[in-house]
Amino acid sequence: MLKIGKYQLESRLLLGTGKFQDFTTQKKAVEASGTEILTFAVRRMNIFEQNQPDLLAELDVHQYKLLPNTAGASTAEEAVRIAKLAKASGLCDMVKVEVIGCPKTLLPDPVETLKASEALLAEGFIVLPYTSDDVVLARRLEELGVHAIMPAASPIGSGQGIINPLNLSLIIEQASIPVIVDAGIGTASDATRAMELGADGVLLNSAVSGANDPIKMAKAMRLAIESGRYSYEAGRIAKKRYASASSPIEGMSTV
Amino acid sequence: MTLTINGVEKEIADTILTVEDLIHFFDWGHRVVIVEVNQTILTKDQHGSTTLRNGDQVEIVSFVGGG
Repeated sequence: MLKIGKYQLESRLLLGTGKFQDFTTQKKAVEASGTEILTFAVRRMNIFEQNQPDLLAELDVHQYKLLPNTAGASTAEEAVRIAKLAKASGLCDMVKVEVIGCPKTLLPDPVETLKASEALLAEGFIVLPYTSDDVVLARRLEELGVHAIMPAASPIGSGQGIINPLNLSLIIEQASIPVIVDAGIGTASDATRAMELGADGVLLNSAVSGANDPIKMAKAMRLAIESGRYSYEAGRIAKKRYASASSPIEGMSTV
Repeated sequence: MTLTINGVEKEIADTILTVEDLIHFFDWGHRVVIVEVNQTILTKDQHGSTTLRNGDQVEIVSFVGGG
């Protein structure tokens, strides 16, 4: 059971809703993933276009908990405004704090992320900051009172998987709040590895929406995250330098 | 009256008095839309009681796909 603020979740997969080719595929992929939390972005409506696609209606979002992000913000002030806009919908009280500090790498601005998280906690939000894999920053965010920490596995949409497992494991080890590995997951084994490191959950988007078969990849991710969690709970064996026979030595009928 | 909606100046019929009227004018009544007037964010139950005035800055946003 994953607990984020007041929410209790069976699924440890958080799924993004960006860059799917069509609504039918997206809806089926969301269902196949088993997720209970969907992320969204907040954007201006096009006032000249009456027939804009209505993602919320297509996905039947009342079945899910909504996690709006503050993507597009490069300052704490902008992130707070986007979060407040999202909350004014009356549909959500969680927010993924995402304050980008570098347009090329999309790496988060740690100072603004910290400031935005503090302000949003004061406003009563359930705050899930997207951060780099900086161990001290993760601790500082936890000290502020955020409800989960979401360190990147690697840059957003890069599909590079976990490039710094040491830092992730140190963040996980020190945290007493959920750690959700967010961004950079490329394939199912990346998600499994994140869970085997002890992550409480994984947030991903492009790995599913960009797969040749997003529905099948959504299912793969669900199984990968479950598998990784079981593996973590079961505890892996220690690595040895030499072989260790699985079959007994005694009773062999050698002549 | 003239409103600036999402950064675009638009002439609006005088029959549109409130934010709720404006949302219906765009035929977005069935959708989740969030409105900000002159930097004040409104909850849905404030749409009907918020009157629009000439020169108001209106932002209308919604949820789109994102990770």
